[in-house]
Amino acid sequence: MPYTTILFYVLAFITVVSAVVVVFNKNVIHSAFSLFFALFAVSGIFVLLRADFIAITQIMIYVGGILILLLFGVMLTTKITDIELRSKNLNTIPGIIFTVGIISILVFIITSTKWHVKAPVVNEETVSQIGKMLLTNYLLPFEIASIVLLVALIGSAMFARRIKD
Amino acid sequence: MEIGLNHYLVLSAILFGLGLFAMITRRNAILVLMGIELILNAANINLVAFSHFGGMGVDGQVLTIFVMILAVAEAAVALGIVLNLYNNFATVDVDEANTMKD
Repeated sequence: MPYTTILFYVLAFITVVSAVVVVFNKNVIHSAFSLFFALFAVSGIFVLLRADFIAITQIMIYVGGILILLLFGVMLTTKITDIELRSKNLNTIPGIIFTVGIISILVFIITSTKWHVKAPVVNEETVSQIGKMLLTNYLLPFEIASIVLLVALIGSAMFARRIKD
Repeated sequence: MEIGLNHYLVLSAILFGLGLFAMITRRNAILVLMGIELILNAANINLVAFSHFGGMGVDGQVLTIFVMILAVAEAAVALGIVLNLYNNFATVDVDEANTMKD
């Protein structure tokens, strides 16, 4: 068994178990820290797929940005010592039935489709290729993304401001 | 056994299902946001896996970068909305927030 196979199963196991803890844990803080492990393991999956730049970006943006933002959200909206930190579930049994149905349909579709798979191209480095792509084929989406980020920055600052009246 | 495209797609399907479950059953608005992050990660795994096994260069990875940019913008705006919700209703329970003004 090649070591990449073992590595894939270890990373997939960490991802799925952490995601299950995120979904089923009663404590919001525990869910946030479990999401940390899930995002880190997904970054390892990206390394296995030879997407080094995406893996580093995943760690920097998701773990360093979004997760910290979510933790700020948890801590600003709940009192740590309060029972309020625990969050209740709703419709658990129908939700589980629906989710298992969706997952089994997706897995059936995935395994019964004849995918057009080529021999994987081993890229030497993806950073320079991604940089060229961003400034040639994907120039318009790149510029629009910068405008979206500016609008999100101004909009969230407006939202989060406490209006005194 | 060699790891193929199907393994990555099944992993991404499981992540998608868990994120969907978090979105439809949790009542805390921040946990709903975590479910959305899980779903976006599942989509990213799909994009990178197809880009790797399809022999098409790095197009899928560029799309993944755009998905991440949108995820950041969405998280920032959504947390602003959640903070406003907490200021107005003193709760982040999405079932309690059922009026447009209190």
